[in-house]
Parts: sequence; C-alpha cells; structure tokens
Amino acid sequence: MDWTALRVSLFLGIGSVAVLLPVGIWCGRQLAVRDFRGKLLLEALVSVPLVLPPTVLGFYLLVMFGVRSPLGAAFQAIIGRSLAFSFEGLLLASAIANVPFVVQPIQRAFEAIPPDVRDAAACCGLSPWQRFFRIEAPLAWSGILTASVLTFAHTLGEFGVVLMVGGNLPGETRTLSIAIYDRVQAFDDSGAGVMAATLLVVAVTTLMMTTTLSRRMSVRRG
Amino acid sequence: MGKRLSVSLRQAGPIPLDVEFTCGAGDVLAVFGPSGAGKTTILRSIAGLYRPTLARIDSDGQRWVDTSAGIFEPPHRRAVGFVFQEYALFPHLSVAGNVMAALGHRPRPERRARADQWLAQVHLAGYSDRRPQQLSGGERQRVALARALAREPAVLLLDEPFSAVDRPVRRRLQQEVDTLRRTLDMPLVLVTHDFDDVVRLATHLLVVEQGRAVASGPLRELTSRPDLSWLREAVGLGSVFDASVIRTHPSSGLVELAFDGGTLLAPHRQLAAGARVRLRVPAREVILATAEPTGLSLHNAVAGTVSAIHADPVFDQVIVQLAVGQVLLLAEVTSDAVRSLRVEVGRRLHALIKSVSIEVLAIHPE
Repeated sequence: MDWTALRVSLFLGIGSVAVLLPVGIWCGRQLAVRDFRGKLLLEALVSVPLVLPPTVLGFYLLVMFGVRSPLGAAFQAIIGRSLAFSFEGLLLASAIANVPFVVQPIQRAFEAIPPDVRDAAACCGLSPWQRFFRIEAPLAWSGILTASVLTFAHTLGEFGVVLMVGGNLPGETRTLSIAIYDRVQAFDDSGAGVMAATLLVVAVTTLMMTTTLSRRMSVRRG
Repeated sequence: MGKRLSVSLRQAGPIPLDVEFTCGAGDVLAVFGPSGAGKTTILRSIAGLYRPTLARIDSDGQRWVDTSAGIFEPPHRRAVGFVFQEYALFPHLSVAGNVMAALGHRPRPERRARADQWLAQVHLAGYSDRRPQQLSGGERQRVALARALAREPAVLLLDEPFSAVDRPVRRRLQQEVDTLRRTLDMPLVLVTHDFDDVVRLATHLLVVEQGRAVASGPLRELTSRPDLSWLREAVGLGSVFDASVIRTHPSSGLVELAFDGGTLLAPHRQLAAGARVRLRVPAREVILATAEPTGLSLHNAVAGTVSAIHADPVFDQVIVQLAVGQVLLLAEVTSDAVRSLRVEVGRRLHALIKSVSIEVLAIHPE
C-alpha cells in the first residue's frame, strides 16, 4: 500500500473541491439566472473537458504550464519552481478538468429555484448576499453537494490528465491511480489489488454519504 | 393624506407599456385586463423587479425610480409587500420562518413574536412550525399575505392572488383582504383578469390592454360610463355602487337596500339591517319605461333622468345612462326602443329592475 500516493490523492481531491466550489457556485448561478451574450459559448466551453480525451486536455494543460507559456513563466518567476510536474500544477489541472462536474449540477440546482421565490426574497427586503445565503444556497444545497462529491470522486480516479501534467513523482504528483498502474506494470498484483480496493471503498462510502445526506434534506423539506 | 403611490411607466418594447396612475392610502386599485396585457409587468416595475425604459415611481414621498435622473432603488430597498400568483413561499423554511424573512427591519428578538402576530391576523395562529408543503392553497396564500404585510410596506401589491384557489376559498380570501385593507393605511394594487375580484374589492380601476391604459378612474365612475365598449365585451356593462341594508323581510327572503337615490329590494338571506353592501346592476337587466308600471311581478322601479346616451355602432344596441339621485344606472336597450320611447338626455324615465338580477357583493357587516 502506497500511503504517500493515497495522501496525494486525498489532498488533490479535497484541494480540487476547495478551489472549484466557489468558482463553480458563482459560475453555475450566473449561468442559471442571468441571460447574457455569449452564454451558449460559455456553456459549451464549460462542457469541453467532458468530451475531450483526458490525454488531449492534459497535453494542452502541459503546454500551458510550460515555461514558454506566460502562465508557466509567471509561476516560475514568482515561486521559483516549474508549474508542470508539481502538485500545484496538478491541482490546477484537476480543477480545470473538473469544471463541468461542478458547474453543471450547480447550474441545474439554481435553475430549479422558481424565479418568483428569488423575487419574493428581494421583496422581503433581503439584500443580494442575504438572498444567496438564506434562500438560494439552502435550496441549491443538494446540487452543491453533488458537485463536490462528483469532483472528489472524479479526481481520485483521474488518470490521463494526471499522468500528462504531473508525471509520476512520488509524494508530489503520484496519485493512487498512477500508483496502481505502476504496481501492475511491475507485476505486483496484490499491491495493486489493495490500492484498487481502497479506492473502491472510498468511492462507495462517499456515494452512500451523499445519498443519505440528500435524502435527509429532502425528508426535512417534505 | 397617508401613503401615496404614483406611477408613470412608458416603453415601446419588448413589453409595451404606457400607463400613469396614482393610488392613495386605503384605496384598492384593480389593474384589469386580459392575460398578456402587461399587468404583471406593471406590478413588477413598482416592486423594482423590472426596469422599464422610462419610469417614474414615487411612494410615500420617496422616489423609487426616475429614469430621467438615473435613480433606481433595488427591490430590497423599496418598502413593498408583494403577493405572488403562485405564493412563492420559501420551501425550506417553516411558516414562521417565511414571515420572519420579511422582518429584517425589526430587531432580531422581536421577530418571532411579530411573525406569530401577523399569522394570527390572517387566521393562521398555530401554523407557525408547519412547512409550506403541508398547507392547502388557501393557507399558502395567507402565509404569502402575512409575509407581505410583515414587511410593513408602503404599498401592497397583489398579483392574481385568488386565481390558484377554488371558489369558496376565493370568496373567503377576498373578504379577508377587504377587511384587512380597511385596517391598513396603504395603497393596494391588485392585478387580476377576473372582474369578480374587481367588483368585490376595488375602489379604483385601471383597464389595461397591450400595456396601454384604456380607462382609469374610480370604480363607481367607470362602471357607470356607457361608452366603454371594451368593458362591455369583456364582462358586460353594469353600474357598481354601495348601499346599506335598512330592513330585512325574513318571510320573503328579501332585503331593502338604501342607496344614494332611493331603495331597492334584492333577495338575500344572510344580511342584517345596518350591513353595508356593494351592488352591481347589469345593464342588460334594466328595462326602461315612460311610466311606472302596474300589474307586474316587479319589486324595483326607480325614477331617474337620462344623463347620457351611447349608441354602439357595432351592435344594434344603445346604452342609456340614467341618473337616479347620485347613482348612474346603465340600461342596454335596442335602438328601436330608444326611438319608440323617444329617449333623449334630460327625459324622465323609470328603470325597472328584477330583484333577482341585482348582484349583492362585498358584504361588510357593521
């Protein structure tokens, strides 16, 4: 069992959720309640990681993170390390790959709130922030939860993008999925089996937790 | 002169608007018109949920919108109570929580008690901890009303408030709103496509067609105008005026009603002497006669003077307006009858009204 790889995977999963959630909530809500020029294009862009092969996405991200791109160069200049093949780079890549898994459920959840309910909140004298925290977020809660779980689970299982952008550096970018592949390559089936089972347990547990939570919420709401 | 609302809205599209009106405290202005006439847009503009191209809205001395001066107060800074057509309650909050959401202007410790008070006012005491999903349509509408009132608004806006409930509930709600508005010192704007709401609740009427005001004024004045062909086609003409019960005749089931111009008999069993009522006399039910008839099964024959005649070119009918004291009655007759009776302005005539055709509405027991 590669504990370091498990730690990298969990950090990457939690980190991706933490980075993506605020962005995803903002973006999903905008897409749900606003009508603006270029909305269709933005929605298409958000979904691109869904249909693009992970290796292709990984390749573009690698190019973007390289020292010859403005982003890679800036990171190198400020932090003093390469963005590619680092945990930070991996986190950013994972966040980008997971955009559709966060934005879409959140957008659907905000779309499901009747416009009259939003308007009623405004007519009750609630400011935009109060409206968001007291009315909209509680009503969109199940969508936000789904988004978090999908991102977490998807990050744990991501392979192509991780391999392209992160490589396979122990303690830095070697996640559990990569470690499993590594073990299989080295004909260590039992090592791979333990790690695969770990991921399976984590996946089933998260899904059960989500189902329980969302069922409890819907019971409370009648 | 308490709170007053004055509204002026104008735009060419996408939803055409061209209306201007004022509404005083205690007045009920009914915005009436067919579906898609822009009625709801007028209401949403007052609340700040819609921004017309040109608008000026003043409420209780405060300027909410003035597009020419670049003033636009967002909805949460306008003291409006808005009752939505489909209630729009917050499904994740209790009944009390819904009302408390509108009590942000009150100190936190007071809110629960105030919410309970408002709920008691709409006859929902004891419902505080229920969820909106556990309530009937009528109860939900009452919660929505309590929530709108809890804001202590400068104007109360009702968007088709009775359209989603069935008849008996509708009657009860209408009556409660009518009772409430007598105690509230604020203008009330009611959007409806049902004339029943108008005659039962409104003091003033604004008829809207494709965003344009077709007619506006006090209800009594508008309903006694002979020339509103739009109203005639939509609901039929008929004067609306107030009266009070002076005597009941339990044996015959009739009540004697005094109005500014005489008395009328109408069938009604539940009324007591002293009660104030609103009457509607449909123009098609009024017969004109040159002399008071005898030998008819008729209770009501009132004398009056012809004050206006409107010949509708489309139909072969004439609307005759008859001044009976302060009340202007309308009679819909054929042009042939106008010729044979020599009906002209100033002529004394008798209006014959069957007692069963008088609509007794909006009862406020004294």
